[in-house]
Amino acid sequence: MTSTPFVIEMKDIVKKFGDVVASDHVNFQVKKGEIHALLGENGAGKSTIMSMLSGIYRADSGTISIDGRLVKIRSPKESLELGIGMVHQNFRLVDTLTAIENIILGEKGNKWRGPGWMKKKTKDIEDLAEKYGLTFPSSIPVWQLSIGEQQRVEIVKTLYRGAEIIIFDEPTSVLTPGEVEQLLLTMKELKRHGKTMIITTHKLKEVMAIADRISVMRKGKMIVETLKEETTIEELATLMVGQGFNEGLQIETMPPGKPIIEVRNLVVETKEQIRAINDIDFAIYEHEIIGIAGVAGNGQKELAESLTGLIPWSSGEVIFDAEQLFSPKVKELIDKGIAHIPENRMKSGLSGSLGIVDNLLMKSYRTSKRAKFGLINKKENNQWAKQLIEQFDVRTPDLISPVGQLSGGNQQKLLFAREVDINPKLMIAVHPTQGLDVGATRAVHEMLLQLRSAGSGVLLISEDLDEIMQLSDRILVVYNGRINGAVSRGQASKEEIGQLMAGLSRKDEAAYESEVVV
Amino acid sequence: MSQKSSFDPLSIEIAKNSNKSRIFPYKLEFDAHKKTGSWWVPFLSILVALVLCAIFIVLNGMNPFTVYMKMLQGAFGSTFGISETIVKAIPLLLCGLGVAVAYKIAIWNIGAEGQFILGAIGATAVTIFLPNLPGALYIPIMIAAGIAAGAAWGLFTAVPRTHFQVNELITSLMLNYVAILLLDYLVYGPWRDPAGFNFPGTPAFTPFQLLASIGGTRLHFGLVFALLAVIILAFFLAKTRWGYELRILGANPIAAQNAGIKINKHILLVMMISGGLAGLAGAIEVSGVAGRLMYGISPGYGYTAIIVAWLAKLNPWAMIITSLFIGGLIVGGYSVQTIGLPSSFSSMLQGAILFCLISGEMLSRYRLKRVN
Repeated sequence: MTSTPFVIEMKDIVKKFGDVVASDHVNFQVKKGEIHALLGENGAGKSTIMSMLSGIYRADSGTISIDGRLVKIRSPKESLELGIGMVHQNFRLVDTLTAIENIILGEKGNKWRGPGWMKKKTKDIEDLAEKYGLTFPSSIPVWQLSIGEQQRVEIVKTLYRGAEIIIFDEPTSVLTPGEVEQLLLTMKELKRHGKTMIITTHKLKEVMAIADRISVMRKGKMIVETLKEETTIEELATLMVGQGFNEGLQIETMPPGKPIIEVRNLVVETKEQIRAINDIDFAIYEHEIIGIAGVAGNGQKELAESLTGLIPWSSGEVIFDAEQLFSPKVKELIDKGIAHIPENRMKSGLSGSLGIVDNLLMKSYRTSKRAKFGLINKKENNQWAKQLIEQFDVRTPDLISPVGQLSGGNQQKLLFAREVDINPKLMIAVHPTQGLDVGATRAVHEMLLQLRSAGSGVLLISEDLDEIMQLSDRILVVYNGRINGAVSRGQASKEEIGQLMAGLSRKDEAAYESEVVV
Repeated sequence: MSQKSSFDPLSIEIAKNSNKSRIFPYKLEFDAHKKTGSWWVPFLSILVALVLCAIFIVLNGMNPFTVYMKMLQGAFGSTFGISETIVKAIPLLLCGLGVAVAYKIAIWNIGAEGQFILGAIGATAVTIFLPNLPGALYIPIMIAAGIAAGAAWGLFTAVPRTHFQVNELITSLMLNYVAILLLDYLVYGPWRDPAGFNFPGTPAFTPFQLLASIGGTRLHFGLVFALLAVIILAFFLAKTRWGYELRILGANPIAAQNAGIKINKHILLVMMISGGLAGLAGAIEVSGVAGRLMYGISPGYGYTAIIVAWLAKLNPWAMIITSLFIGGLIVGGYSVQTIGLPSSFSSMLQGAILFCLISGEMLSRYRLKRVN
């Protein structure tokens, strides 16, 4: 046994899911007693690494050492035995049980559980909770607790089960700002008692407020590991979103034509009546790609959903093709020529169990070309589908095998074939290259540029800043549901955009210093 | 204070894939792309169910082959047997088509029993409230009333689902009991035949209110309605825009929503069709077989139809075969009573088939893979 300053040491971790490399020779170390932030965009590989620590996945290759001892973590149970506890993003609590019952759930031994035993357990748990300043009502069903209180129950659960290392998976994504503050205080208290903590997140301000050290992952690779003092919020934003690629893509300059869509004072409220889109204005012209840059969860999803008719807007005006729209339905917008590449192609774009033709028909089966008198033109549609998959280079064994079996790139090309075939005036593409390899990414970029050449407008929503910067004629940076800045092609550096993404106005260092103090 | 065990559903997954001890060097792999089981699953599940039930036959001190042969003979061995089998198959086929349409878009209607009863009540209401119609009008109006009553009963399940997200499984099941109690109230109460020696049933229908029989057996013209329903439904599902929309909704409701397909509109329509078909079956049953509305008009056709639909993998054409098969099982079940097996044997066999079918559908989506 060698002595090491690291309580967790993961070396050369590789994990593949099919063809996707979720974790590409990752090294990850955590020192005892520190708060370590693991930063990265959705799909960067953070959760894969954390899942290996908590025994949900096993690495294809590489080693994990805990306290300098080489270990194999085969199950969540073994992970717990090593003193690792995880506070999941979606809590693992039984709604109808009380906090105490949840915490002792699954405890072995003591067949007889009388009132005396229960009383002792309750006291043990309450003492433990008090030690760390974690308060919650312990005797009412947890569904009556606030989200913040439920999270505290989860934390006490890990402590009660003897965790020395606590992993917080996106802990603040569900909390109100007040609860976030409370959580950060709790983490400081846990640190004072010598606990080691790992927090995965993509919220930069919280990282700067709480972490001692920071690791940044991108596309399955560990990019950098740094002390908090040695980095800045802008540098982290830039590191998270990546480096250049896609060399040699030809982008002609084109003068924009007539306006296709004008959005004025748009407000979109979520079911919880939070203003996800809060008073934004923009327009998209012919021959123009507008990129929406921003850290996930700043209103991008709601923007795409409202402009495709999936959710209504609360107030504001949308003028499409010189005609005002009044909370239109999906079908109406398809007819008007709005195409949509949704965020998750298999979840909301395609039907994995159906074949090519059925998937291609989804947007055009109402037209007289594809169906006459309500009857689907099977023969003609097969012919049409054959042409489309040839034109868009979709590699498939035949027209009827389930599209779920195609590769991600071919699925995305199929989706583009369908959406481009309706001759859209406006294309709304959400994370169109997520999870695609270099070649397929390139193909997607070319298809977007072709639409631009043909005179369509494109609204490109992406977490990949390079993609946004390379393709967009103008970039709108969203923060908290507002447009925090707009820059034209080549007018801003990545650092400046990173700053806007972090909620700062350009060249506004002082404001950030005062904001991150909790 | 160390806590050794924690329940996590994922750990089951891990145990499955763990290399810890490999006495059996294979692992199960789930094929997520496959939404339904393979084509041979229904056949194999029937076979497995027959073998399972054979154990109980042996425990009863009989030879399974003799029993199964006796059933086969009873159901298909004579003109009488065949006609009886078809008589049973008609309501099963219609109710099966009904539930299958709903299942196509994952609406779990198990209320065909209640919708069937309402159809029977609706048709009978015509004979009670319109006693002086011209004769030829009776059958069309009775059929229409049956369909309408069944469809309305289906809406009682659909509307709470579309407007308040009430689970249709619960409401459709509960409404079956409401329908049965309504039937009981009518046949014991206001509609009871005054000349019926206290028999819980309405007065017998007049000849104009009865469906014509075929070839001097109990077989009736309801068969034509059932076969027409198969043809029309199969055509609509396979060839029309509506059928396409159902296919997309069934395969991926979120993608359907993105394509502008309105799920609630389809739920309402599909539940009306589903209820209407079961109601048609009920109307045919009173005017073709029973000749009156009476206590216990359905021996559970609405439930048995669920087996008919799944055995056919929701394919309308295949349901002709499966309804005949299950109909034969019921008729064959009567004939084994004569050699001393309890009458519940047929129900047991049906239950075993459904059980094997459901597990088979699930299991056939797994593959056994050798590990290294």
